[in-house]
Amino acid sequence: MTEAEFAAAVDSRSSKPIYERMKQSKVGIAGCGGLGSNIAAALVRAGLGKLVIADFDTIELSNINRQLYLPSQVGKPKAETLEKMLHDIAPYCEVEVHDIHITKDNAAEIFGGCQIVCEAFDVPENKSMLVNTLLENCPDMQVVSGVGMAGIGRANDIVTKRFGRLTVCGDGRTDVADGEGLSAARVIICAGHMASAVLEMILENYSNPRK
Amino acid sequence: MLKINGETAEAVGVTVEAHLKENGYSTDRVAVMVNGEILPKSDYAAYKFADGDEVDIVGFVGGG
Repeated sequence: MTEAEFAAAVDSRSSKPIYERMKQSKVGIAGCGGLGSNIAAALVRAGLGKLVIADFDTIELSNINRQLYLPSQVGKPKAETLEKMLHDIAPYCEVEVHDIHITKDNAAEIFGGCQIVCEAFDVPENKSMLVNTLLENCPDMQVVSGVGMAGIGRANDIVTKRFGRLTVCGDGRTDVADGEGLSAARVIICAGHMASAVLEMILENYSNPRK
Repeated sequence: MLKINGETAEAVGVTVEAHLKENGYSTDRVAVMVNGEILPKSDYAAYKFADGDEVDIVGFVGGG
């Protein structure tokens, strides 16, 4: 299958200008766990052209209940494995991989070229660090953050709220620290909100000529 | 008069740091947006809420 055939198939579901805009857009995914792996898959299926993905972690058996990975991939690095899976889904997307611990000292450098970055960490202090660091140091960047997706059910509690350059998806409340755990359905709903917010921003102010 | 997380608040002149402390937020688990822009953490102690401010405090929780 050539890139042109692939583009034509995606085109038939949207339109040429939308496809071009998607192909030229660059989005960062900070953390390749439950949120990050599922957001990335949704974005490349939608035709996103360029991703920067970062995670220092390796895949564990306990991740399989909600993350994109397979049991056969346990022990492998998340970022590198996700890159392979994204290329299986969308052979022509460009993926920049960082197998690294993201800190306040390297975050702006790693994600500096991205229009939008998804915060997909799990520890609250790290979420706060990343959101603040990127918004303080990258004046044109939009940040989408996942806040509250633990437990089961209450699907309609997960919402998207936009505060200027920060968009927050989740129920804003449920915390893994409270012992509810994380499960695929709710994590994927939150990841879907985040991917949807990204696509909306990419296509913002863009009027579909087919309408 | 100002708005904090969509609700009217009588907090003109109160510092962000004092407001966060009083409302049980941990400063290392939040992001504070003032009128749609991020308020740097280094400004929490000095920034006082002004009349008309639209403030959104995001309190991060675990899971991702």
